[in-house]
Amino acid sequence: MGTKLSIALLALAAFTTAAQAQDKTSDIIARGEYLARAGDCTACHTAPDGRLFAGGRAMPTPFGTLYTSNITPDPETGIGKWSADDFYKTMHSGRFPDGGLIYPAMPFASYTKVTRADSDAIFAYLRSISPVNQRNRPHDLRFPYDNRQLILGWRTLFFSEGEFKPDPKQSAEWNRGAYLVEGLGHCSMCHSPINALGGTSQSDAFKGGLIPMQNWYAPSLTSSREAGLGDWSIKDITDLLQTGVSARGVVYGPMAEVVHNSLQYLSDEDIRAMAVYLKSISEPSPPPPPSSALPTTESSLLISLGKTVYDKHCASCHGSQGEGKPPHWPPLANNQSIEMQSAVNPIRMVLNGGYPPGTQGNPMPYGMPPFAGLLSDNEVAAVVSYIRTAWGNRGTPVSAREANELRSAPLN
Amino acid sequence: MFARYTLAIVIAALAAFDGATAQTANQPPDTMAARVEACTPCHGNKGEGTSDVYFPRLGGKPAGYLYNQLLAFRSGRRKYPPMNYLLEFLPDPYLEAMAEYFANEHPPLPPPAPSEVSKEVLAQGELLATRGDAGRNIPACVSCHGPGLTGMQPGIPGLLGLRANYISAQLGAWRYGTRTAKSPDCMQVVAGHLTEADVTAVAAWLATRTAPADPAPVPKGTYALPFGCGSQPN
Repeated sequence: MGTKLSIALLALAAFTTAAQAQDKTSDIIARGEYLARAGDCTACHTAPDGRLFAGGRAMPTPFGTLYTSNITPDPETGIGKWSADDFYKTMHSGRFPDGGLIYPAMPFASYTKVTRADSDAIFAYLRSISPVNQRNRPHDLRFPYDNRQLILGWRTLFFSEGEFKPDPKQSAEWNRGAYLVEGLGHCSMCHSPINALGGTSQSDAFKGGLIPMQNWYAPSLTSSREAGLGDWSIKDITDLLQTGVSARGVVYGPMAEVVHNSLQYLSDEDIRAMAVYLKSISEPSPPPPPSSALPTTESSLLISLGKTVYDKHCASCHGSQGEGKPPHWPPLANNQSIEMQSAVNPIRMVLNGGYPPGTQGNPMPYGMPPFAGLLSDNEVAAVVSYIRTAWGNRGTPVSAREANELRSAPLN
Repeated sequence: MFARYTLAIVIAALAAFDGATAQTANQPPDTMAARVEACTPCHGNKGEGTSDVYFPRLGGKPAGYLYNQLLAFRSGRRKYPPMNYLLEFLPDPYLEAMAEYFANEHPPLPPPAPSEVSKEVLAQGELLATRGDAGRNIPACVSCHGPGLTGMQPGIPGLLGLRANYISAQLGAWRYGTRTAKSPDCMQVVAGHLTEADVTAVAAWLATRTAPADPAPVPKGTYALPFGCGSQPN
């Protein structure tokens, strides 16, 4: 009896040690998967209907089309022969294992802030997924952009290598949020103005800009005239990031993708940390908006037509006073997304409608119909002018030409 | 004791109900009808279609068929950018619920519109739809879509209540390979055997059909299909 028990105990002990080692590896892989979500790797490295992380997704850029690479552990066509050092070099320095330069469509200017431990965890996770044998498709870039040496110039202007340095004056939570937003989250890829060279200067970080090729406006994260979150409650910010809907507005366009593939999977603590950081970078007193380019008589006619269109098509959900029924039917009154200087997004919402992403926190979102086929250019301009100026909103009227131009904006 | 316990539950339930009411008072209705309002300006409130002939009727089509189309639009296999865009980030169970919703709506079929084609063309359409053309490997529409053209559960759509322009656009898309379905892609094979004149004739005749007494799709397995169909597994 006594012997049996000790054998059993011994066996149990051996089992526990093996299990612990196993646990450690699986813990790292699980953490890597979580971090790969935070970095939204899948958005680019998985093609629509394609195998996970097998690449091949076309990325149209002003310089031509890039095709994303296979990052599965296939030794021949993926990253199966890479070491953790090689992987860190791509993340941190934007260079392939052989030293070759990576096009900055890969957000290494943000990923450079990722710690070595986090990079290693992501690599361990990528090593654990199913290898897919799928050769990378060559990029299709116009002369002279097909010359990778040009990337050197870009790097000199826009790339500063270096891991995230916590700010000792700020809380641990703020620093965690800053690390995620500036690093893996690579928010600045869209939310900073992109200049003609396809770069962003450090001083313009998070100042907003039109996303090239997609024709959506990524609002400034610092200006409270745009998506600055200074006067938002932390709960509204975390709701928006984690579920896609909030009392102040919902995500749409490219941001719907980010919430769907990435943010909904982050922990409450990390989402809260991002919210704390984002709220803190909002600047207090933005300059007033420039006045409308439209003559006063024209805009007052537009606005009165706009009210007619609004009452007929919009008020049943968004309310006669633009109050909505948040979070599902977003308010339009005091909605920064409606009022900001660029009217691209409200015009596109009217033309294309949209569903917020289906998320764990909001699995059956309410949607808005596309009005492109129901309203003329003039009616679209009118209703957008109306919602931008009614109920105390401080936006400016828009012209039928602006509405017309966005009819041909790409939808996917 | 028991009474007190029951009372406590009732009070708790009442309190919960009150809270829920307060919370939902200013909320959109918690219904599928409210959730699919993004669909209805083009497809009709009950999926009956609208005046735009290219937007199809959805009401009463088999849920499996509708779900397959939603999946195909979401992945981009079926291409229509406004639909691809709307569905891009919606999860499978939600698309299933949307499909169920429209499958369970049974708006009356519209009266057939007067046809713009000649009697001869209509007769050719009727012949192809009801008999097919064995010499050219064209099965009759009714051999899969049912004798009443009401479709079969779960994956074969009814062909009633659609306008000629929509049917011919879809047949054209199958012929040119821009619309595809799960392998074996039976419709691509069938449409590949049709000429443009066949498409015009079949589309025109189908659009003249009136509703049978029971326009619902027939249950799965009511009749055997003449060949394999990826969308209607056995």
